Amino acid sequence: MRVFKAMLRQPSAVFGLVVVILVVALAIAAPLIAPFSPDDQLAEGLSLEGAPLPPGGPFLLGTDTLGRDLLSRLLFGARTSLVIGLVANGVAVAIGLLVGILAGYIRGLVGNLMMRFTDLMMAFPALLLAIVLAALLKPSLWIVAMVIALVNWVQVARIVYTETRGLVERDFIMAERSLGAGHFRILVRHILPHLMPTAIVWSTLGIATTVLLEATLSFLGIGVQPPDASWGNIIFDNQTYFQDAPWLVFIPGAVILLTALSFNLVGDALRDILDPTQRGRG
Amino acid sequence: MTLVILRRLVQAMLILLGVAAITFLLLYALPADPAVLIAGRSATPQMVANIRHELGLDQPLLFQFLHYLYGLVHGDFGRSYTQRTAVLPLILARLPATLILMAAGITVEVVLGLTFGVIAAIRRGGLIDRTIMMLSFVGVSSPQFVVALLLLYVFAATLGWFPMSGFGTPAHVVLPAMTLGVLGAGWYARMVRSAMIDVLNHDYVRTARAKGLSGRRIIFRHVLPNAILPIIAMIGIDIGQFMSGVVVVEAVYGWPGIGQLAWQAIQQVDIPIIMGVTLVSALAIVIGNLLADVIAPFVDPRIRAQ
Repeated sequence: MRVFKAMLRQPSAVFGLVVVILVVALAIAAPLIAPFSPDDQLAEGLSLEGAPLPPGGPFLLGTDTLGRDLLSRLLFGARTSLVIGLVANGVAVAIGLLVGILAGYIRGLVGNLMMRFTDLMMAFPALLLAIVLAALLKPSLWIVAMVIALVNWVQVARIVYTETRGLVERDFIMAERSLGAGHFRILVRHILPHLMPTAIVWSTLGIATTVLLEATLSFLGIGVQPPDASWGNIIFDNQTYFQDAPWLVFIPGAVILLTALSFNLVGDALRDILDPTQRGRG
Repeated sequence: MTLVILRRLVQAMLILLGVAAITFLLLYALPADPAVLIAGRSATPQMVANIRHELGLDQPLLFQFLHYLYGLVHGDFGRSYTQRTAVLPLILARLPATLILMAAGITVEVVLGLTFGVIAAIRRGGLIDRTIMMLSFVGVSSPQFVVALLLLYVFAATLGWFPMSGFGTPAHVVLPAMTLGVLGAGWYARMVRSAMIDVLNHDYVRTARAKGLSGRRIIFRHVLPNAILPIIAMIGIDIGQFMSGVVVVEAVYGWPGIGQLAWQAIQQVDIPIIMGVTLVSALAIVIGNLLADVIAPFVDPRIRAQ
């Protein structure tokens, strides 16, 4: 509640929050509010010459090259993009938390090895790795989500590691240990709660990264596959016509931008509120 | 100092070895079988087996990997499956185009990022600051391919100022460099702003002000040089990021760099080229970080003293 009130004082955070809620609500309500079925190739959705229709009229945002309603495809695409955003990023944050906490708590040889492994992953050309994996793995929604998780957990792990190391040195953990608390109890009851702000911030910021990465993979044709609509593959389907039918590329593009921007704004505001030492920083 | 650099070099070698091992393992474990793809649709199992033998794919994994490493040490990145030539010359032929794009893109980023970051820091809290910070957020939230298509639509298709795609004249480099630079500038602006604000809060800045120095002199002589370190670190990281991030931009603009080479190789499951480009990208990341570490002490005497 305190967090929520603090957010309402920042106009940019309010803007982000409103858009995020709107996008989520529209995605959930897609089957109820979409004017057409997203996959129907409508004869009246094409001009007499067979060209897609520009925005306006019964097709509010126009139609694509197959005569499908763009608005309906965007609404259903929101479901795909958000599901991937939540799942991929959730998995990435979970892996990052696990690796970071364990490496920070155990330290010694095992902890060291784990952190050297994250060093290695930091030197991995992440986008290239994602493209290679997605392209060679016969892409599907879940594969795309896993590929994104696989390249995105590293940063979370490093931050959690640093924080855990700091926590382990603190007196209250020492006190807990001297009282005979087991490792599991210390980790779950005392360390994990202190890491929650970090986890929440990264869960929000990470969704922006994930939505962008999914769109990029789908734009290359190796993300979500048709007939499933995703914001990236709508652009992929229509990119060759972008001069004649710019709305087919730039409306979905604007939707991706707006969504990523909003998650970033909310995440940034959360970081300011939950971690005062970071206030005013990049 | 020499010892530190030496240690970093050894670390860098180990990291490259690790990247090579993981990439090799991943590509080996993937379901796509290059032998089947090369043999074509009408190939008999015997032909596929022959090709597999020819490429050494029937050897045990560890043997294949050691063989590959042995080649690497001798400057041999293997042979392309589809182009039937050595991989290294293919990569080296494409490298200049990517390096030109990288230099142009990073220049745009740094110039825009420094300018707007400094302005935002000076006007901290004001309308200009908030506008710049909002714009920088828009920049870092933009899908690269949409910006690439937008620039193409406005400046090439509609206004006709720049060519649609290709390579060769300075005009060709403008749009791809702007795509990379405008988006990246958002990160730089935020970084420069927060580094500047850190320095502005120091006592010596107040002293300089009390001495009656002009605002311009304080910013450029006393604040900016002290805020430059994170920017150098960031350029180092950027050099690495560019190598793996150019795939999309090179694909949209038909830019004949290593990103395009990689993208073609990925579609043809040409594993030696994919391996080669991945290693070169990892090398760029390692070199970028190393450069930042090596340059830092020259810029900042405090690090030299340690």
